[in-house]
Amino acid sequence: MLKQLLQKKHSILPGFGLTLGFTLFYLGLIVLVPLSTIFLKTLGLSVQQIWAIATEPRLVASYKLSLGASLAAAALNAVFGLIVAWVLVRYQFPGKKIIDGLVDLPFALPTAVAGITLTTLFAPNGWIGQYFAAAGIKVAFSPLGVVIALTFISLPFVVRMVQPILQSLDQEVEEAAACLGANRWQTFVKIIFPELLPALLTGFALAFARALGEYGSVVFISGNMPMQTEITPLLIMIKLEQYDYTGASVVAAVMLVASFLLLFLINILQWWSSTRHA
Amino acid sequence: MAGHIALRQGTAAPQSRTTTESPVMRWLLIGIALTFLGLMLVIPLIAVFAKALESGFALYLKAISEPDALAAIRLTLLTVAFAVPLNAAFGLAAAWAIAKFDFRGKNFLITLIDLPFAVSPVIAGLVFVFLFGKPGIFWPWLSEHGIKIIFAPPGIILATIFVTFPFIARELIPLMQAQGTTEEEAALTLGASGWKTFWYVTLPNIKWALIYGVILASARAVGEFGAVSVVSGHIRGSTNTLPLHVEILYNEYQFVAAFAVASLMTLMAIFTLLIKNFVEWKVNQQAEKAAIHHGQTEDNHEY
Repeated sequence: MLKQLLQKKHSILPGFGLTLGFTLFYLGLIVLVPLSTIFLKTLGLSVQQIWAIATEPRLVASYKLSLGASLAAAALNAVFGLIVAWVLVRYQFPGKKIIDGLVDLPFALPTAVAGITLTTLFAPNGWIGQYFAAAGIKVAFSPLGVVIALTFISLPFVVRMVQPILQSLDQEVEEAAACLGANRWQTFVKIIFPELLPALLTGFALAFARALGEYGSVVFISGNMPMQTEITPLLIMIKLEQYDYTGASVVAAVMLVASFLLLFLINILQWWSSTRHA
Repeated sequence: MAGHIALRQGTAAPQSRTTTESPVMRWLLIGIALTFLGLMLVIPLIAVFAKALESGFALYLKAISEPDALAAIRLTLLTVAFAVPLNAAFGLAAAWAIAKFDFRGKNFLITLIDLPFAVSPVIAGLVFVFLFGKPGIFWPWLSEHGIKIIFAPPGIILATIFVTFPFIARELIPLMQAQGTTEEEAALTLGASGWKTFWYVTLPNIKWALIYGVILASARAVGEFGAVSVVSGHIRGSTNTLPLHVEILYNEYQFVAAFAVASLMTLMAIFTLLIKNFVEWKVNQQAEKAAIHHGQTEDNHEY
């Protein structure tokens, strides 16, 4: 039945009904049904009630920190990620292979490990934090610490999006630009950068999306001071611990809607990127 | 969207003098890149082991062999043993349906499979509290029958399945799409059964990507913190996974013990990265073989 309903053209391979059926069943059971409970929990509330919960001062402060710190982390990664990708593709230097492999570390390292390590390093008496402390800058237990943790966990995205595009660029175009009298900077700005832009933006958006939802690394370094260094996912946790299930569901719904919008944006960016490099 | 380490393909382009920068600029950029990565990746990596071994090797061994740590290791391994095979079965089924057949709504299905990457881990835990916990739909029935899911291992396993859901499917789908269906069609035409075709034709072709997906999913399952934190209840010796054990030790100012357990997970992360490089090389070989078979000569960079 599934076969006639969905399949566009006949195939002699077996197992379409079985595999697609299992895929849809498992997807529904593990992802779709559980996620729908968030919205079911908020169904009993009026729009005014939802608005009142979603705009509590403590929550609004957390939105500002989560959005601001995630944007800052994604921006830092866009700048440094582009430089790292450039260096890894274009230049030769000792230890390059190891460095290239190490870029993925934030995806493989558990976030709690990242959290306690960065906190220890950037605390006022830590290896790196002491130099900031001498300059009067507090890193751990401040919004700056949140930015550091989010930069760490979203570091690979921009590098890994830009790297393959940079590798596939046709060098002849750059040679042509050089022959026509462009200097390296002009070639980069006018020829190379526009080619990299879709991948750079996709990497930026992926890093931003990942940073928005991050919990494990941030809770250690932020200090979790109400109105100052609380991120939005932490407030879901706090509401849950206070048995405020409605409150938790509203905050979760706000975050889910934001994630879905970002996912949509990322899909558009990836489509744009793939049409450029088809 | 890729919330994980995708395999890469491709070769470096040759350089000529007109298309590179002055040596000063080159070394400046290399310096900036290495300083950034050194500060963000290398120093933290060294710090984990330095802090773990700060008070000597004996204390390190004691920290990772005390009963609570061993209980955390056991629960973590149990979680991996459930979550990863289930997601591997799903990944194989999803990749077979998506890569080998043409059907309506395929792209939408791929987006839905990616959904857990876009959801905050805290929400991944919360949804199972809303299903099986005190505020949950199934709570009256579960409590009547004395079944505990939240604040117990089943909840931890469910939350872990959710966060590692896309990993294996994400590795298999693009590879199987690139490989096409001709080899399977040939096997079937020659009279092999469907299972035989899968076992002797498809599986050897996707072996390395499958292994890589399994290792990635396992690493994430071991290290998951947010989702598990919501459903665990933090009961020492019974519902603490390794990352939660690290959190408790750290919050109790037992820094050496916290970093000792953390160093175990860091070793796992390094192992994952090593395997990644090995498998990338293997998959590239397989893809090249597939490209020769299909008469394609250009590299496939959009992986």
